[in-house]
Amino acid sequence: MPVVHKTGTVKSKQGSNTQSQKAPAAKTAKAASKKKDEEDGTEMGEGDEWMQGKTLIKPLDQLDLTEAELKEEFTRILTANNPHAPQNIVRYSFKERSYKPISSVDQLAVHFVLEGNLLHQDSDEARRQRAKQGLPEEKATVETAVAEKPETPAAGGEDAGDVEEGGGEERADSVESKVGKKEQKITNQFNFSERASQTLNNPLRERGCQTEPPPRANFSATANQWEIYDVYLEVLQKQEKNKEKAKAVPKKDDDKGKKKMMLVETQSDDITKVAKVAKIIERMVNQNTFDDIAQDFKYFEDASDEYREQEGTLLPLWKFQYDKAKRLSVTALCWNESYKDLFAVGLGSYDFTKQGRGMLVFYSLKNSTFPEYIYPTTSGILCLDIHKHLPYLVAVGFYDGCVAVYNLKEETLQPIYKSTAKSGKHTDPVWQVKWQKDDMDNNHNFFSVSSDGRVVSWTLVKNELVFTDIIKLSLAGAVSEGPEGVQLPIMACGTSFDFHKQIDYLFLVGTEEGKIHKCSKAYSSQFLETYNAHNMAVDAVKWNHFHTKVFISCSSDWTVKIWDHTIKTPMFTFDLNASVGDVAWSPYSSTVFAAVTTDGKVHTFDLSINKYEAICQQPVVAKKKTKLTHIEFNPVYPIIIVGDDRGYVTSLKLSPNLRKKPKEKKGQELPKGPEVEIAKMEKLLSLLREPENSNA
Amino acid sequence: IATFLGRKLQPRPQNEVEETLKRIQGQKGVQGIIIVNAEGIPIKTTLDNSSTVQYAGLIHQLVMKARSTVRDIDPQNDLTFLRVRSKKNEIMIAPDKDYFLIVIQNPSD
Repeated sequence: MPVVHKTGTVKSKQGSNTQSQKAPAAKTAKAASKKKDEEDGTEMGEGDEWMQGKTLIKPLDQLDLTEAELKEEFTRILTANNPHAPQNIVRYSFKERSYKPISSVDQLAVHFVLEGNLLHQDSDEARRQRAKQGLPEEKATVETAVAEKPETPAAGGEDAGDVEEGGGEERADSVESKVGKKEQKITNQFNFSERASQTLNNPLRERGCQTEPPPRANFSATANQWEIYDVYLEVLQKQEKNKEKAKAVPKKDDDKGKKKMMLVETQSDDITKVAKVAKIIERMVNQNTFDDIAQDFKYFEDASDEYREQEGTLLPLWKFQYDKAKRLSVTALCWNESYKDLFAVGLGSYDFTKQGRGMLVFYSLKNSTFPEYIYPTTSGILCLDIHKHLPYLVAVGFYDGCVAVYNLKEETLQPIYKSTAKSGKHTDPVWQVKWQKDDMDNNHNFFSVSSDGRVVSWTLVKNELVFTDIIKLSLAGAVSEGPEGVQLPIMACGTSFDFHKQIDYLFLVGTEEGKIHKCSKAYSSQFLETYNAHNMAVDAVKWNHFHTKVFISCSSDWTVKIWDHTIKTPMFTFDLNASVGDVAWSPYSSTVFAAVTTDGKVHTFDLSINKYEAICQQPVVAKKKTKLTHIEFNPVYPIIIVGDDRGYVTSLKLSPNLRKKPKEKKGQELPKGPEVEIAKMEKLLSLLREPENSNA
Repeated sequence: IATFLGRKLQPRPQNEVEETLKRIQGQKGVQGIIIVNAEGIPIKTTLDNSSTVQYAGLIHQLVMKARSTVRDIDPQNDLTFLRVRSKKNEIMIAPDKDYFLIVIQNPSD
């Protein structure tokens, strides 16, 4: 309701005006003041007239307002809001971590509170009260009726007697019902009856039957990746077998590669199945027994070589011997190219008078106590050679002139091929055999040289050995008178030969007369060259592994000579003070070679270090009388094997000084490969050749 | 048929295995050899019964575990041998498809 602002300047009115303007919040006050205003207004009307005569008094603190402002209308609203309630309560909200105003504020204003004392008759408190008063009630219903309502009769207490009783009767039922609720329900005495009966229970019968349990078996297995793999493999193999049978193709040979693992498969004997593992175990046991040797073989490097200027030593490793070979001497040694720890020993006898049986024995470095393969032979073996590519083929030359080829994969102890008198065997002992490359028909073939002066080539054709005379070594010029005056050329006795590493047709033959002939496979009657090498039989002649022109020869005349095949005289000659049994080039250096003598010593030379003397001279056998007969370098490991005439083979490790590679110059990379070796040798030779050329 | 000292030369002799085992037994420090079949039952031994049974049972499990390990990593691989070196001796086990061989050796003897 708009309040009209009169411009009348009455004190109280103005005061009320100001009040109303200053405190808009106090609306009830406003209302009150407004009321008062109206009252004032009515009163003012009268007063106005009465007080017209007086002058206007403005209070000092009254606002000065313009006419317009005075006429301004102010709207006042009546609301139901509680003026005492706060308008903006702010509470801290933990969720939002800030103060938040509460949206609606309670507007309830309580003016007056009075607690009553009425109880609902079913409430707990009422029941409790009744319980307190109810104890005497149980005895008499009427009395309880009377007693129970002390309150209600109290109100209308004037009509005590009749009204109460009437009321009591009326209430009897209700009271009774109420009492009944508290205790057990009192059954109706008048028309309630209970009757029960029990029916006959049928007898229960149980019938069951038992079947035979199905047969059960416990089964447990593991399903690993490898078990699954195994099963698949089996299935695959079966399938392949079926296919093969269907095609009716003969089964292929199982070249498993690990030829050493030869299983003896017999169905009956259980123990033979353990053969393979027994072999492994034997090696393991040996490894333990000879543990220090194995460690030496692998890791030992003689440290004292640093202090010894140029000399080296040979460290004895394993010693191989076989009981049944005790009387025989080692007549041939050969390393296997594919299996670097396997080597073959040929046993026989050099003694002309003591000729008897022989043996072919294979040892592995992994088991030094017992040979891997043993082949007894009727005649002494004088030479053997293992095929470079087929590690199971071994060619053997005998004292009785036969040659034979053994196949290690076969289970028999006999050779697969053997030459007989009919098939061109030699008439004299075969001193050397060597495998050649397969011929044009892909047949394997090997050469042999013998004291009967023939160099023969044998070819393995299906089941036979076919021989071809390559060359007949005849003594130049010498002829002898044969029967009936026919002139027969005397044959020279070939004692050793070697094929050139690169030039296939070129080979050297050493003879008993001490001559070395350079021959070619193409020319069967003529030598390309003859060198007057030694005074006695040439025991060994070997081409250098690296330098294509150099070869070495040794003889029982105590000397070892190194040749350049283009020059007729030896480049180097070494006198070893005892008959030299064998000489071998080292596979790792073109200037290192070793020789064995009958006084039991091994002489090692390195021409790049010392051109005149051996850098190592070491006796390797215990008893002084044993003669060393053969020596071979292992193609890979720095060890040598030495055979002697008592049937022992000793393995020795070369100390670092014996294995020197050419020193690299500062700043230059160490050149690797055979070229270096060739160059090394060439340098040495050129030193010798210059004076030769100048002399010639 | 070639003869050697008048006797017939046989194909690779069947008693080679027996000889090998004898040689192993005669090696330095070897205390015993046991051959166990695939089920873990010892079929040949040079030790006394109780030790044999004990070794066979325990080592059988070990070998199975070792083999399983090797083959799980690569099914084409297989266990070749197992050495168990202890303070007093060394047990060497070489397993096969159907059998395995146990050798107990004291290497320092």
